[in-house]
Order: sequence, then structure tokens, then C-alpha cells
Amino acid sequence: MRHTEQDVSKEPTPRRRARAQALSIALAVTPFGVAFGAAATDAGLETWQTAGFSLFVFAGSAQFAAVEILGDGGSVAAAVTAGLLLNLRSVAFGVALVDAMPASRWKRALAAQLMIDETAAVATVQPDRDTSRYAYWFTGLALFAMWNVSTLVGATVVASSADLIHDLGLDATVPAAFLALLWPRLDQPTHRVVAVAGAAIAVLTTPFVPPGLPVILALVTVVPSVLRRETTS
Amino acid sequence: MTATVTLVLLAIGTYGLKALGPFLLAGRPELPAWLTRLSNLAPVALLAALAAVGTLTTRQDLTVDARLGGVLAAGVALWLKAPFVLVVIAAALTTAATRAVTG
Repeated sequence: MRHTEQDVSKEPTPRRRARAQALSIALAVTPFGVAFGAAATDAGLETWQTAGFSLFVFAGSAQFAAVEILGDGGSVAAAVTAGLLLNLRSVAFGVALVDAMPASRWKRALAAQLMIDETAAVATVQPDRDTSRYAYWFTGLALFAMWNVSTLVGATVVASSADLIHDLGLDATVPAAFLALLWPRLDQPTHRVVAVAGAAIAVLTTPFVPPGLPVILALVTVVPSVLRRETTS
Repeated sequence: MTATVTLVLLAIGTYGLKALGPFLLAGRPELPAWLTRLSNLAPVALLAALAAVGTLTTRQDLTVDARLGGVLAAGVALWLKAPFVLVVIAAALTTAATRAVTG
């Protein structure tokens, strides 16, 4: 939709709109942060380790995956592999976000740490490069702050009692969070097939292979599509 | 110890993946097609597997308990296009209610 000059002047400025987008997303991830903190503590992690995941890994789905696998008794290799495969998409974000990256090398090194689904989503929908850079930093820093604070709340306040996690049904929030992250990707038939087949393989192999491995085995479902020869765009 | 090693390796690896674009691929127009497909599809398989394992297994046993109702409620909330916050709350409330009723 096109706007006349007059329409544009009445609208919020692009920066203000970017801030509003960033803050609403930052609020939305708060329960996930709390759930992560509680889940990690439940999986046997110390508070400093839990906080370390949110500070230094800073990638929601990978953090959840790693502590879930560790909590089930899985190996370091399984936890790290699942986490890294979930984050392969940051490589694609990095390419898509070239315009949003700062010019200075040092700033870019910091900006890279903030590269997650949410920063990519907000930065790529801005009208121009300047707003895009601004939106990237604002979203990234807001998310980073909220994610780390909510992780600490989850790890200290909520996880103080295992009964509380059980009684409040917080253990169900982790698979629910995975489902919520998966949901927007189920818009394509191929994705639905991969999701259903992957889920089935993981559940059915659970009694027979070491913990953590079932999730990795689910990846066989992507092999046919990835190896497809044709060069569709 | 296991958690610390996982933390260090995952932090280094994740940062590497995040930094790859801004530092090495900045001049490239696009990624190889197979890598794009893998980075699109691997999360679908992994997230589905994690959701299913987190719902239907306990350690190495297949189990059906209150979590299933909670995750189904989350699915309904997603179907109704509820915001993430409500999805998580729906899962927790349904699970908690089921446990309160069934003891």
C-alpha cells in the first residue's frame, strides 16, 4: 500500500514503530525465558550455568533443546549437535541481514551475538537501511535484556521447588514452546510431512537408543529433500 | 561438568554460525541451495521431535500423562492464532488442572 506524504507524517515514525515491534516481541519471549530457567534448573543445571546459556548461547530453541537432552541423560555430543543444527538458520539470517549490520568490525562482532529469529524478523521488515540497523540493535538489546532477566527469574524463583514445576504444569510449557516455534513453519506440505515423521521417529526410538539420540535421528526425514537434485528457488 | 562443556561448545558453535554471515558471506548473493534447504528443514524435524519427546516420553519410557493435554491445549491456542504468551499459559493451566483433578 502506498501513502501520500501527508499520510506518512501522521503515522508513527519508522523508528517508533520498530521500537513498538521490538518491545512487544520482547514481552512475548518472557514466559519462554522463565520456562527455560525453570527447565534448565529442573534438568540439573546450576544457576550460573543456566544464566551462561542465556548470555553466551542466546538462542532460545537451541538452549531448550540442549538442556532437554541433558536432562534426559543425553550426551554432550547429542546436546551440542541438536543445538547447532537448530541454529544453522543463523547463517541464512546473516546473509539476509547484511544491510542491517554495522560497518565497524567490532560492532559487527557484537551484533552477531544478537542474531536470532526475532532480530532478523524485525530488522528485515524495515523500510530503509538506517531504520533496519536501528531496529536490529533495539530489538537485539531489548530481547537480550528480557531473555536474561526472565531466565534468572525462572532459574531462581520458579525452579526453587520441583513440586511447583509439576503442580503448575510448567513441564508442559517446554514441549508447548517447541510446538509454538514449529507452528509457523507448518504452512508447507513438505514441512508437515517432515514434522510428523520426525516426531514419530523420535518417540518410537526413545526406548531403544541412548537419550538425546532420538531427536537427532528425526533428521533422517530431511535427507530426501536436502539431497534433491533440481535447483528450485 | 557435562552441562558446562555443553555450554562452552554450544556457545562457541552458535556464535560461529551467527558470525559466519556478517563476516564471511557478506559479499555473497546467496547460500548454496542444499544449505538453505537444510537450514529450513532441520529445525522443522528437530522442533517436532523435541515437542513429541517432551510430551510423550519420560526418560526412556513412552508415557501418556497430563502433559499431553497441556500440549494439545497449546496446539488449539496456536490454531486460534493466540499470542505466544497465551500458548504457554494454556499449556501450563491445562496440565495443572488435569493434575489437580486426577491427583
